[in-house]
Amino acid sequence: MVAFLRYLINGISLGSVYAIIALGYSMVYGIAKMLNFAHGDIIMVGAYIVFCVMVYLSMPPFLAVLAAIVVCTLLGIAIERLAYKPLRQSASLAVLITAIGVSYFLQNAAMLIWGSNPKVFSSVFNVGNLRMLNGELVISSEALLTIAANIIIMIGLTQFTSRTKMGKAMRAVSEDKGAAELMGINVNRTISLTFAIGSALAAIAGALLCSTTNPNLVPTTGSMPGIKAFTAAVFGGIGSIPGAFIGGLLLGVIEIMAKAYISTELSDAIVFAVLIIVLLFKPAGLLGKPVREKV
Amino acid sequence: MKKLFAVLMVAVMLMSCAAVLAEAPLKIAVIGPFTGGADIYGKACKWGAEVARDEINAKGGLQIELIELDDVHDPETSINAYFTAIDQGAQMIDGTTTTGPCLAVSAQAFEDRMFMLTPSASNDGVVADKDNMYQVCFQDPQMGIIPADMIKENGMGTKVAIIYNVSDDYSTTIYQSFKAEAAKIGLEIVSETSFIEGDADYSTQVLKAKEAGADLVFLPIYYGPASLILRAAKDIGYAPVFFGVDGMDGILTLENFDTSLAEGVILLTPFSAYDTDEAVVNFVQKYTAISENGVLPNQFAADSYDAIYALYQASVNAGITGETSYQDACELLIKQFAEMEFSGLTGTMRWDETGAVNKLPAAYVIKDGSYVPYGN
Repeated sequence: MVAFLRYLINGISLGSVYAIIALGYSMVYGIAKMLNFAHGDIIMVGAYIVFCVMVYLSMPPFLAVLAAIVVCTLLGIAIERLAYKPLRQSASLAVLITAIGVSYFLQNAAMLIWGSNPKVFSSVFNVGNLRMLNGELVISSEALLTIAANIIIMIGLTQFTSRTKMGKAMRAVSEDKGAAELMGINVNRTISLTFAIGSALAAIAGALLCSTTNPNLVPTTGSMPGIKAFTAAVFGGIGSIPGAFIGGLLLGVIEIMAKAYISTELSDAIVFAVLIIVLLFKPAGLLGKPVREKV
Repeated sequence: MKKLFAVLMVAVMLMSCAAVLAEAPLKIAVIGPFTGGADIYGKACKWGAEVARDEINAKGGLQIELIELDDVHDPETSINAYFTAIDQGAQMIDGTTTTGPCLAVSAQAFEDRMFMLTPSASNDGVVADKDNMYQVCFQDPQMGIIPADMIKENGMGTKVAIIYNVSDDYSTTIYQSFKAEAAKIGLEIVSETSFIEGDADYSTQVLKAKEAGADLVFLPIYYGPASLILRAAKDIGYAPVFFGVDGMDGILTLENFDTSLAEGVILLTPFSAYDTDEAVVNFVQKYTAISENGVLPNQFAADSYDAIYALYQASVNAGITGETSYQDACELLIKQFAEMEFSGLTGTMRWDETGAVNKLPAAYVIKDGSYVPYGN
């Protein structure tokens, strides 16, 4: 029983990291209608910035995370401006390929700057572990922080998109770009803002990912979690904020449970099999809105 | 101006005369990943070879010239690097560093009759059926058999858990041979779990080992993921004996790594940079002078250093000079390697008819951020 609880908590903690990454994927997809495959690599850049500020400049963790958020936001806006904006009118396939190119560019740039030998990340939030059931059940402070951050970000984003003017503009652009423009919404600025928010989330996700489950920082740190989070976003219904949240959590829990009770070798296969089954019955994902194509 | 030009011309002429008078150097190609994701291994081989070259050239006699070529751990690039090496007059190869590219290059070199001695490509397929291909490193299956026997003989643990990298040939091969040997000698394995390179979670494997009551965890993996497993174990207060193989060497060089996590870890390696042996101290000193940020040599560096010396010893004994063609050198070297005994930094070695090396690894324990021979 204790073992089961441990697995469950690990699953929720891992799922929360996936969920934060998936939120970034989902927002950008929902509004700009593009898959930003470089999202995972922005996470990696964010983690490197946190590492450098904490280790080389010996600054406190919260300043490091702040610096990473600023750098990643600027990076996200710059990538959007340089790589995606010129392609706004072209086929979605062209943008997709560009995103893959940006992803490789970021990975190789990181390899040039920081090298390929892993750097060990120090936790950004370590206030000791929570021990329950006579010390049998240990929950790390980082895991709790990740879960809390995930919930706060989810609620914050839902409020932002439903209450504020900018948020409403985002939703309008996501429904119909042309009509939104006719209503006087600056579509380009809205899309840039989406990238800025998505990239800021990526910085937070990077700090949390490396603090909880994977402290070895290499230029490919973001790729695997990025792909899993993308799966989570599709699972929950891409474009939907609560969908990304639920998708991420479920994916994390399924992955850990599959590893714990079925097979570590097959865990990924099981995760993706579940995705296929869900998509067979609900093609738009768990919380996605089915969109009818007009001919 | 004209006078200056004339003087320069004379100087150039004199220098070229001197070059003709001096014996042509032995040209050895060093091929490995000097950039990209596997660059730590390629760079180690390169710097190790450079230390050996400098020492040999300083002694006088037959000189060595290295042709260093980057293959980014990619078979296609490696083949191209190999052809470039031939164009530049390479007579033999210290390489290639990594297994994938080495499988590709060794097949080509077998056809061309170019002698290859890899410092570090440890797959048994690298040397299989190729009479001109030799290894300085251990073959992967040995890295499973030796630890199983050691654990049983020394009673290091009675219930063993294994965590291996299912996406890596090196790790899977060692895991399989360890398992087979354990079954043969009656060593109980209570948990077998795996992970994939780049996985975000390592806690489940550690928890499963703990749940199964394992008192020793065998880690046939590289030091990067190993460090994550050590941390995950500490997080849940699980402290079995951790036993790693040669891939564990390097764990103390991780930037910002909390070395107390590795305290008590046993590893099997032919070379330790912390040895107080005179030859090792000398090598470490020269190596850190040329390596990036003064990083310590690992076994790759030592194996490559030995590879250059072994090639040199065989060449001198066979009478190979800078003028010998690579095809002739290949046949001469094959004869030498079949018979010769060589002692280097990584031990005294002989080669069997397949090209695999025969030497003994030593077990070390990590203590206070350094390696101490096991049993001391």
